[in-house]
Amino acid sequence: MRSASDTGAAEPGGGGGPAVVAAAPAGAGAPGGDRVAAADPVGPAEARRRERRSRRYRRDVRWSPYALVAPFFLFFAAFGLFPLLYTGWASLHQVELTAPNEMHWVGLRNFSRLLSDEFFWNALRNTFTIGVISTVPQLMIALGIAHLLNYKLRGSMFFRVAVLTPYATSVAAATLVFVLLFGRDYGMVNWALGQLGWGPVDWQNGTWTSQFAVSTIVVWRWTGYNALIYLAAMQAIPPDLYESAALDGASRWQQFRHVTVPSLRPTILFTCVVSTIGATQLFGEPLLFNGGAGATGGSDHQFQTLGLYLYEQGWVNLHLGRASAIAWTMFLILLLIGAANWLISRALRKETT
Amino acid sequence: MRTRTRTRARARLSALAVVAALGASLLAGCADDGDSKDSSPGSGSSGGSGGGGAKTTLTVGVFGAFGLKEAGLYDAYMKLHPDIEIKQTSIERNENYYPQLLTHLGSGSGLADIQAVEINNIAEVTATQAGHLEDLGKVKGVDKDAFLPWKWGQATTKDGRTVGLGTDIGPQGICYRKDLFAAAGLPTDREAVGKLWAGNWQKYLAAGDRYKAKAPKGTAFVDSASGVLNAITGSGATRYYDADGKVVYKSNPAVKEAWSTAASFATHGLTAKLQQFQPSWDQGFANGSFATVSCPAWMLGYIQDKAGAAGKGKWDVAAAPKPSNWGGSFLVVPSAGKHRAQAAELAAWLTAPAQQATFFEKRGSFPSAKAAYALPAVANARHDYFGGAPIGQIFAKAAEGTPVQVLGPKDLIIAQNLADVGMLQVDQKGRSPEAGWNAAVKAIDNALDQ
Repeated sequence: MRSASDTGAAEPGGGGGPAVVAAAPAGAGAPGGDRVAAADPVGPAEARRRERRSRRYRRDVRWSPYALVAPFFLFFAAFGLFPLLYTGWASLHQVELTAPNEMHWVGLRNFSRLLSDEFFWNALRNTFTIGVISTVPQLMIALGIAHLLNYKLRGSMFFRVAVLTPYATSVAAATLVFVLLFGRDYGMVNWALGQLGWGPVDWQNGTWTSQFAVSTIVVWRWTGYNALIYLAAMQAIPPDLYESAALDGASRWQQFRHVTVPSLRPTILFTCVVSTIGATQLFGEPLLFNGGAGATGGSDHQFQTLGLYLYEQGWVNLHLGRASAIAWTMFLILLLIGAANWLISRALRKETT
Repeated sequence: MRTRTRTRARARLSALAVVAALGASLLAGCADDGDSKDSSPGSGSSGGSGGGGAKTTLTVGVFGAFGLKEAGLYDAYMKLHPDIEIKQTSIERNENYYPQLLTHLGSGSGLADIQAVEINNIAEVTATQAGHLEDLGKVKGVDKDAFLPWKWGQATTKDGRTVGLGTDIGPQGICYRKDLFAAAGLPTDREAVGKLWAGNWQKYLAAGDRYKAKAPKGTAFVDSASGVLNAITGSGATRYYDADGKVVYKSNPAVKEAWSTAASFATHGLTAKLQQFQPSWDQGFANGSFATVSCPAWMLGYIQDKAGAAGKGKWDVAAAPKPSNWGGSFLVVPSAGKHRAQAAELAAWLTAPAQQATFFEKRGSFPSAKAAYALPAVANARHDYFGGAPIGQIFAKAAEGTPVQVLGPKDLIIAQNLADVGMLQVDQKGRSPEAGWNAAVKAIDNALDQ
């Protein structure tokens, strides 16, 4: 009996699910009953009971995995899929937040008008430049830190936790501190510049200065996170590679360049993609960098990102349809980034094999 | 090869971790929401001990530190009505609070029994959401004549339904630093200071020029040109909309004049080039970097807070050039609520003159019920921090002199873009007033366009 139930358990997992189900009704009939009776002489009532139990068991094995994964899909449908589709639907309408149920079909007008919307292009440009000046230094510094952490040091755990602490800080708290640091009149950065004999910089008002300030917040928060990812990947590099490199007389720097970096290539690509997606969605830092002044991203919209522009259209100006169109455009941009990533990683794989 | 598969696995793992974290935060968000939503019926039923002693829980949704609770008004009401329990939920910033209120009104769920509405939003709420709100004008205990007529009118629809009851208003004075005025050779007595610019914003500008001639080093006359713009537009009867509800800010001479006067403060070099409610503005108070700021009644507490003990005895408040209003709020009762009658009764009580006087006494929010001005809590009010200024009388005079202002649904967006885009460019980036105006108009056109 045990062995019979064992095979029953093993079979659905092995992909034989349908077969078992098909067998189940047959098993209820005479031949199956015969087999059971032959192997283990019991009364027909007992056989039926066992049969019922095993049927219940098989049903359990077949369906409970679905029940167990269902919460994820339900949540995904409710909070992922539905908003995505609804946003897409809304983007084809003129909808105001004052009356979200009144939708007027406008086709692709919300998208086509983005093409001539200078605020949109400005936001796209800002998102790109802030993304570049935050992602590039961030990943380079992270690589350097990971390399240092990869040495045998005392208290390495402490340092690893320490680099991650900025990541654990809330965006709001970090940004508020940075706003004070980059203050024009009483900020610490300007004070330090003053000590060096340079004039005060109006960080918030200049295009490049404000974007630089915003990106320092991003760099500060995410560098440690990326460093730990790199560190994890570095530790998977076989030590004999370094040993043989050392035997060949390679310096630390040469080891880093010729052993570490090539081995990390897939990881670097991964962090690039994740950081790029993060940069595309940049929102909290520029919003709070402008404090109580709303989502304009500075008086000249000089650090208004796509995320901020979406928020301004949807939740300040209350144009849900236009905001939805921006959201979908951002989604398409992310898909493009994903496609580019796929192409690059395929090219890399070809190169290495 | 091996490293790659491993990193892949790790990538997938970290992706999973991210998903898990997101899921967790989502769940947490839901749980929060559920809690706040459940709190009304849930605690109502659990608090209700079965029989006749069942308590009704009324919820009040507000933004910021609204103050009704802090002034002890809920406690007082619960003492008067033992069968009522009042709970408040607050969202820190109105820009987050208001869109949520709109979506909740649209869907008819997630609403508190009473919701606060900011003055900048009241025209839009009255015009577009009146169907979702109770008419409070005929509720027992509401006395139309107790309110300032312009305040009452702002929440009344064309067909005469009053959907919001005014709590406070923001009549403005000019807060000034006596020590800086003395150093610059200007009078320091609040009567004399008020006379310096009485009746005309241009005189305020002229006083600024006088101040600048002998100004203590490192100080400016006003905090920001945007603040001046705000004060001037707050003193006009029409500004962004005309009586027919048409957007007229571009052609309205009053707005144009306000613009050029405020811009003159920037071009004359009289401003500290700050942006209000930014950290640097707070630091400006603490460091005494400007001598005046146009201050609605509710801002006195803010100034006291930011200027700190060091500023005590230095600040005073005088009458503004013209009576003007900035800010204030309303209470509305959504029709989707379960306890509409009790909620309306509570809203009426909270906005009755006696309670508004208490609200002012405890929190500095100036009453919108003119019947409260004669009450001792208002009439005799003096502010220690501001040299014992008779703020009750100063602000009551401003409140009664404020014209009935025509409000429009997008006032907030127009005002915000004029101040934080256009005038800020003039003030902080040194653009010409025309360039700043054009930038603001472009931003407003984009925002108002459907």
